[in-house]
Amino acid sequence: MEILLLLGAPFAGGIVLAVWGHRRFAPELNSGMSLLTFLAACVLTARIIADGPILAWNRAFFVDPFNVFLVALTAFVAFTTSLFSRPYMRIEAHTGRLSPNRLRLYHSMFQLFTFTMLLALLTNNVGILWVAMEAATLTTVLLVSLYRTPASLEAAWKYFILCSVGIAQALFGTILLYFAAEKVLGSGGTALLWTDLNQVKGQLEPTVMSLAFVFLLVGYGTKVGLAPLHNWLPDAHAEGPTPISAVLSGLLLNVALYAVVRAKVLVEGALGNNFAGNLMMGFGLLSVVIAAFLLSRQRDIKRLFAYSSIEHMGLMTFAFGMGGALATFAGLLHMTVHSLTKSAIFFAVGHAAQKSGTQVMADIRGLIESNPTIGWGLMLGSLAILGMPPFGVFASEFMLLTAAMHQEPWATPFLLAALGVAFAAIFGKVQPMVFGKASVERLPHPPALIPVFVHLAIVLLLGLYMPPYLAEWYRQAAALIG
Amino acid sequence: MPSLPLWSQLINLLAALLLLLAFAMLTQRRVLSLIRLFAAQGFVLALSTLVVAYTTNQPDLYMSVAVTFGLKVLALPWFLHWLIRKLNVQWDIETVINIPVQMLVGIVLVIFAFNLAAPISEIAGTITKSTLGIAIASILLSFLMMIARRKAVSQVIGFLAMENGLFFAATSATYGMPLVVELGILFDVLVGTLVFGVFFFQIRETFESLDIHHLEKLKDR
Amino acid sequence: MKQASGIIFQVLQSVLVVLIAPLVLGWVNQCRAWLQNRSGPGVWQPYRVLNKLFHKDAVLAHDASLLFRSTPYILFGCMWLAVGIVPVLATSLPFAPAADVIALVGLFALARVFVSLAGMDIGTSFGTLGARREMMIGFLAEPAMLMTLFTASLISHSTSLPTIVDTLGHGELVIYPSMAFAAVAFVMVLLAENARIPIDNPSTHLELTMIHEAMILEYSARHLALVEWATSLKLTAYITIGFAIFVPWGIAQAGDWEGLLIAFAVLLVKLALAGAGLALLETVSAKMRIFRAPEFLGTAFMLATLGMLIHFLLEA
Repeated sequence: MEILLLLGAPFAGGIVLAVWGHRRFAPELNSGMSLLTFLAACVLTARIIADGPILAWNRAFFVDPFNVFLVALTAFVAFTTSLFSRPYMRIEAHTGRLSPNRLRLYHSMFQLFTFTMLLALLTNNVGILWVAMEAATLTTVLLVSLYRTPASLEAAWKYFILCSVGIAQALFGTILLYFAAEKVLGSGGTALLWTDLNQVKGQLEPTVMSLAFVFLLVGYGTKVGLAPLHNWLPDAHAEGPTPISAVLSGLLLNVALYAVVRAKVLVEGALGNNFAGNLMMGFGLLSVVIAAFLLSRQRDIKRLFAYSSIEHMGLMTFAFGMGGALATFAGLLHMTVHSLTKSAIFFAVGHAAQKSGTQVMADIRGLIESNPTIGWGLMLGSLAILGMPPFGVFASEFMLLTAAMHQEPWATPFLLAALGVAFAAIFGKVQPMVFGKASVERLPHPPALIPVFVHLAIVLLLGLYMPPYLAEWYRQAAALIG
Repeated sequence: MPSLPLWSQLINLLAALLLLLAFAMLTQRRVLSLIRLFAAQGFVLALSTLVVAYTTNQPDLYMSVAVTFGLKVLALPWFLHWLIRKLNVQWDIETVINIPVQMLVGIVLVIFAFNLAAPISEIAGTITKSTLGIAIASILLSFLMMIARRKAVSQVIGFLAMENGLFFAATSATYGMPLVVELGILFDVLVGTLVFGVFFFQIRETFESLDIHHLEKLKDR
Repeated sequence: MKQASGIIFQVLQSVLVVLIAPLVLGWVNQCRAWLQNRSGPGVWQPYRVLNKLFHKDAVLAHDASLLFRSTPYILFGCMWLAVGIVPVLATSLPFAPAADVIALVGLFALARVFVSLAGMDIGTSFGTLGARREMMIGFLAEPAMLMTLFTASLISHSTSLPTIVDTLGHGELVIYPSMAFAAVAFVMVLLAENARIPIDNPSTHLELTMIHEAMILEYSARHLALVEWATSLKLTAYITIGFAIFVPWGIAQAGDWEGLLIAFAVLLVKLALAGAGLALLETVSAKMRIFRAPEFLGTAFMLATLGMLIHFLLEA
């Protein structure tokens, strides 16, 4: 039912757009398929909230509060990104940076990418999760190199090689996981089903599971962008077209972290100690610190926000690593607000870059003067991502720091220092871009900025007031994670 | 010391051959030889999966053997062959680390892999448990090959060889993963290689060469 | 009685192998000629060459020392001893306890030292060139050879060749992957030590590319004959060591006369196949530059070490 629609719509959309992606109505078709996907996600979410977790299709798919909210988020951001990409890609085609054939590739891969992400989220089979993650990498590689400039080719090559090697490690981790599971559950398909693994996790062999987790963390962690495996992220997010940067930063990193957290639940049950959590905290903290200190060196605006993504994913990994109700709640909330805010920022940044014809921050000036909506969108987005109240990011970071002070007090000074450094760096760079004398001209098509403000409004809302069903939802998800 | 049954010995022999091929790949400079070695590795892999399928009576694995053979011995090498002819890449003369040093590092990696696999091999219940160390070793050797090469095509072949090692690890530790997962993995490998192929043309078009040097310019500007 | 038959076997083996050695070399050259589409000089050519050389008068340089004059005899003696103690035809010979693999490697090393010194003795530059190169090859090949032999020793728990033959040949049939690696390494070392392509072209006349030939350029007549004979004995020794370790079936026990005849026949067949295989290897390979030789031998060492590691992993 809904799952079929959820997966079928983007898949069909990918195939249809592979044929018709260069036509004039292609962006509308793209948005239409994404809308369909989003509606299906809403229906599914309503069902889960009402009925609780479900297993579908002979236990091939498993939907519980943890992944259903990610599904809804993914479908929503994909939808708004497709709305954003309509005028954005029209402007790109107008300025001659993209040919119709490339637009065809872009549109069909966009839908297929949504399909792979949703498949990764909904599947119950840990092996299929891996296949979907690899497929997600594959669909986006050609998109990162869409502009065919030397820089974008290099970015796509690094992305491909580093992520593929990382994913191969994750495959080895999955094999080890299967190996441990086979002893308890017997061979055959059931040994890879997460629900079954969750039930017998206490009986899984500890040495094998810890080794498996190391490989899974390194593997999927590469895709999350954890330092020191983050090398591909700034390049890939900066050189691809902006809608792709938005979905990569906003969605793919989340799905990869979801895979890590699912693995962590199993490993913690098998080991009984904090090994998995400690590893995650270590990597997360390292990412936060490294990213924060590299922020001030950036001169390209998209690279700046790509490093900011690394920092925030580090925060989330740290939160999930800590464990406990408050930290997990904070992590889940942060996943949501980061997705929304980061994609909003990338939307604004994309149009700003289009207007000024460059991504170098020193050359973009006076956005508020020339186009107030873009300027304010960027300003508010940056404030949101930096954790200013009353935006939602402040709430989640506050909860995270509180939890840290209770459980891991030694980490709090690092986190605070990193957050402070990041604030100074980003604010210091965004402010001259937004204020000051204008140096940019008008755009040939009116920019799509409604998505930006819708996202920011949601984030603001989440910061000010958490609807009770949403809070309950997060709490259930947190309980599942432990 | 009682000797192992014939099937075990055969699998051990094939495992040793796999490792030998992984080492041979380290020392080859001609890209054509690399492709041939990769095809040979796929053949050895298919053969060993066939032996496991026969002795453990798992009909699922026969399908896996067929797909592995078709993909890794026939389709992928043919595609890579076509690719290097089109791209006119024949040699990978300079390596990042010279070959004798690569071989020494390779030996260290093999020892490391054997040590790593020892505790897991104790627990395994398959007839092929002792070959897990060899599987990990060939993964690490392919990884070394990827790092040590300059031409993009050699790196891709190293990556594909790593996938071979992973497959062998799956077969030696667990008698193979569920069929649907194995098919998914093979499909990913196929699509990945095709994407690589498309990618090479793009790189060649822009840089006029497939030397990785050109792809190291992006920095924090 | 056992003792007597043992001594007879020993003498028989030593004499037989010494007489067959030039035939082996001739066979290899003939196979090479056939593979290269030439008609070749015939398998008995080395005997004709030896005959010719023994009838000539030796010409020695003025400064040739005792070392120079005695090296051919020492060389021949070492090689004769080597083939005498390797279980070519039979095990449990009286000299067998001396057939320790490490002792054999030492014997070859002794021969190498003397021939290198003799090459430098006259003071020509080609002689020194050849001697230095030979030492480099030897320095790299010896560890590989030892590793190969160690792998075989680990399986049979002894470094004595006859014991290895007994364990591997007369025990039950087991496939040892480590031996597969060791076999490849052994072939590579064989090619290097016996100055075959791809390390050294035995039929070259370009002195700058020579390794082995360059050291013996100054020898003539009976000295050269002995050196040539010793070269063919060395090749036969290596091949039979390879047989003893890797294809030990057919070697008789001492005192078993029927077994001896069968062993002799099997030996001829094995030598023929090995010679043809060697010729094939030489034809399809090209000679490597001297600077690539360390890579080649490094690979051999690597393979031998791998074989040993695999033994520990898979067969221990």
